[in-house]
Amino acid sequence: MTDHVSYQGTDDYIVSNDLRNSVNISVALKRPLLIKGEPGTGKTVLAESIARSLGLRLLIWNIKSTTKAQDGLYVYDTVQRLYDSQFGEQNVSDIKRYIKLGKLGEAFESTERVVLLIDEIDKADLEFPNDLLWELDVMNFYIPETGETITTKHRPIVIITSNAEKELPDAFLRRCIFHYIDFPDHAMMEEIVHVHFPELESKLLAEALKSFYWLRSVAGLQKKPSTSELLDWVQALTIGGIEPDRISKEIPFLGALLKKNQDFDLALRQLHSRGTDSSSRANSRGW
Amino acid sequence: MYTNFFYQLRREGVPVSITEWMTLMEALNGGLAGSSLSGFYYLARAVLVKSESHFDQYDLAFQNYFRGIETPAQLLDQVSKWMENPLPPKMFSEEERNELLNKLGLPDWESLKSALDERLRTQDGPHHGGDKWVGTGGTSPFGHSGFHPGGVRIGGESYGQSAVKVAAERNYREYRSDKTLGVRQFEVALRKLRQFSTRLDGAKDQLDLDDTIDKTCKNAGKLKLVWTRPRKNTVKLVVLMDTGGSMAPYAKICSQLFSAVHKSSHFKDLKFFYFHNCFYDQLYLDATCSPRRAVKTVDTMHLLSKDYKVIIIGDAAMAPSELTMIDGNIFWDLGNEEPGYTWLERLAKTFPYNVWLNPIPEKYWERVHGYHTIKMVQSVFPMYELTLEGLDQAIKKLMVRK
Repeated sequence: MTDHVSYQGTDDYIVSNDLRNSVNISVALKRPLLIKGEPGTGKTVLAESIARSLGLRLLIWNIKSTTKAQDGLYVYDTVQRLYDSQFGEQNVSDIKRYIKLGKLGEAFESTERVVLLIDEIDKADLEFPNDLLWELDVMNFYIPETGETITTKHRPIVIITSNAEKELPDAFLRRCIFHYIDFPDHAMMEEIVHVHFPELESKLLAEALKSFYWLRSVAGLQKKPSTSELLDWVQALTIGGIEPDRISKEIPFLGALLKKNQDFDLALRQLHSRGTDSSSRANSRGW
Repeated sequence: MYTNFFYQLRREGVPVSITEWMTLMEALNGGLAGSSLSGFYYLARAVLVKSESHFDQYDLAFQNYFRGIETPAQLLDQVSKWMENPLPPKMFSEEERNELLNKLGLPDWESLKSALDERLRTQDGPHHGGDKWVGTGGTSPFGHSGFHPGGVRIGGESYGQSAVKVAAERNYREYRSDKTLGVRQFEVALRKLRQFSTRLDGAKDQLDLDDTIDKTCKNAGKLKLVWTRPRKNTVKLVVLMDTGGSMAPYAKICSQLFSAVHKSSHFKDLKFFYFHNCFYDQLYLDATCSPRRAVKTVDTMHLLSKDYKVIIIGDAAMAPSELTMIDGNIFWDLGNEEPGYTWLERLAKTFPYNVWLNPIPEKYWERVHGYHTIKMVQSVFPMYELTLEGLDQAIKKLMVRK
């Protein structure tokens, strides 16, 4: 393998062993890597980390509910051409000028190897992934308007994320390497927080994590707090100058962790029944 | 190679295809498993399994295929004495590991197991740092804090992560899709319940922008409008929900499904009715089943066209008389002139697209209190259990006429 590279994670992104393996497997096998996992476990950031670690350019194709597969390849700007033909001075017979490559096209055309992130592929229509099968397989496509074929010069590293809002078609899945990002355990979470807040006191961190995992274990939450919410919360705690001892007793700034009304009430009730004394509760709860 | 593992996976219900299997072979040829069992575990999972809901089945299959290398509990007591005063964990460098790999190779599980049996019979005391006996910090296949490409960890902490151990932990049990799940997942499942109107009927009242631009360009820039028919979801849904006392244990999951159905805005029409155990000549409009807020079942059947799809949610467990007898209604003051069974059949006939979702797990249908009536209801409606998988199957059923 001439282009054998190995991803090792970056300083600011803690990666688990098996995730790193999956990335390297997908690179070596030249298959897209499909990433799933709870919201806030760093699916999107992974691509950035890979790009930085390997020193490659990152292209991000954000999928929306209206995105079509064609948009990723190229768009033929007929309106501009029409406009130019009537009011412009440019030469409209050159169709090439009106072909704009999409992110996928850009990744194919790039003279150097790139990392292509197809973010939240499940947002698009059910058929969307199927429409990309051929292009991702053979890594080229044809533009009938100009008679050109865009072929990849260096096979991009393709990372696809999904929030499991829709089932992806089997034919598409067969071609992917799949990885499910587990929710980080206590030790790994400590590392992750440490990367973001190197200055943080260990006592504060320990207390915060204790409360965080307790909160996640509360049965019946509609949306469990995730890593990114923990990071926000820890920041709020440091800015607020909260004493570590108070954290597990009253969980200040609960609003940074829980975003739903019902969850908020549920957590408060549970906190109450844990037998906290109610004297100091009223002052700093919520935003 | 490992072909039986392929079939083991399929037996456990992991949908592995030949394409993926070939990819795995390609990866193994490329040395991506790093010639260790844990490497193989993660590699095969990444290549073969495409949903976290199948991770648990994968773990089970893996455990089954590489069976016989877990540590039985009674062994631990005996061996743990030898393991007192262990050597500190020895960290092997990459080169050392590779060298050992070449020397030792991947063991075959049968011989490994018999070797362990033999060691346990013949070993008389602690041995640390060696390459044969059960001990710590060495390169023997047995013990802990050492390294062996495919050994059995006995006690201690995992440093090399024995794959079969990881598999045996079954960390992904809760992701299985045959478990009951939350509102969001129900919504996702319900989204499959759609059927687009064809472009053949309806009024052409939507501007087809792309075509308009194309045609205009071809028309030398003179505007030419193109109209098209919009495509809309045409699925119309009737939901009948049992709110009887026996449904109380399932209130949570029913309310989850209820809110999921309500949040799904993509139906052309949605009607909700309630009943208690079985429906007769009246359907209730709210969960209290008050006769003052009720409609006649016959009226509803006439009012709604045949293409309404019907989902009935209920445990179908009741006294047989409620189904078979005139005046069998559980509300004593409300008689019924026809037995409940007749009403069930009538509804099923009126709306050919119908399913019954039962919150009682399927494996208990034969034995639970009320199994008799469950069977009767099953003879009229296709019944599925109220889990994500059941709902999926039910929706597939709803999309085709039975």
